[in-house]
Amino acid sequence: MPLNPDFAGREYPPAGPFPVTRAEIAAFADAIGSDNAAHRDPGAAAALGHADVVAPPTFAVRLAQRCEAQLVQDPAAGIDFSRVVHGEEGFTHHRPVVAGDVLHGVLHVDRMREAGGHGMVSTRVELTDQDGRPVTTVTSTIVVRGEA
Amino acid sequence: MSGETQGAAAVDPSALRRTVVVDRARLVDYAAASGDQNPIHQDVAAARAVGLPDVIAHGMWTMGAALDVVTSYVDGDPARILSCGTKFTGMVVVPEGRTVEVLVEGAVRMTDEAAGTQTLELTVTCGGEKVLGRCQAVVRA
Repeated sequence: MPLNPDFAGREYPPAGPFPVTRAEIAAFADAIGSDNAAHRDPGAAAALGHADVVAPPTFAVRLAQRCEAQLVQDPAAGIDFSRVVHGEEGFTHHRPVVAGDVLHGVLHVDRMREAGGHGMVSTRVELTDQDGRPVTTVTSTIVVRGEA
Repeated sequence: MSGETQGAAAVDPSALRRTVVVDRARLVDYAAASGDQNPIHQDVAAARAVGLPDVIAHGMWTMGAALDVVTSYVDGDPARILSCGTKFTGMVVVPEGRTVEVLVEGAVRMTDEAAGTQTLELTVTCGGEKVLGRCQAVVRA
């Protein structure tokens, strides 16, 4: 089934809440091979001026992909997940994610079109904190490979 | 030239160079930590079913591992990483029982003294092949 271009421009209701824990941040840091103390030790994070342990710069993908699932897993969108490859990813940090944050994410479908036999889907997730302030903007482009 | 100013130019290139390693167990850990349980990153049958040679690392694992070099460069404070992004141009293939090396080499591409920022570019290769494209981060210097 081809991509459904009607989804382009769509904005979803806020997803969440996503409470961020010290354990989640430490597990993510372990998995990417980081030994940075500020990801694990509240004292080290405090010495840098943070309220609690601070997440690695790509940690927000964990939350963004849960928001993106609203689109990717919607059969009406026509995204064949078995043919998806990741094209691009970007993060704009308005402030770092720290343990104790309770975040929400609003998913925007910025682009959804067929090009050269492949589907291109670009999304943007705006993560905000419990006070509604911006935390991270996560942009992602996936490519749905055409049938060979 | 002697007497050059301190600051942006005074980068020790070794600070932006690191070899990171990945194996199947690490991909299972990353799947749990990131929530990305796509089986092509854990199960060889799933990977081959979609035409891949073997299990491949999550692109976001590679990006995350590479960006840790930048976190170290900014003295371990992720708050100094203002933005980062990459294209995914190649695969890190992770066969069973193997430990695969990924080489991360960074360089300062631009310094904006007025804004107090630097743009770093990371070259990330596996077996001599580039796996990330235009992998950049803007940091507060």
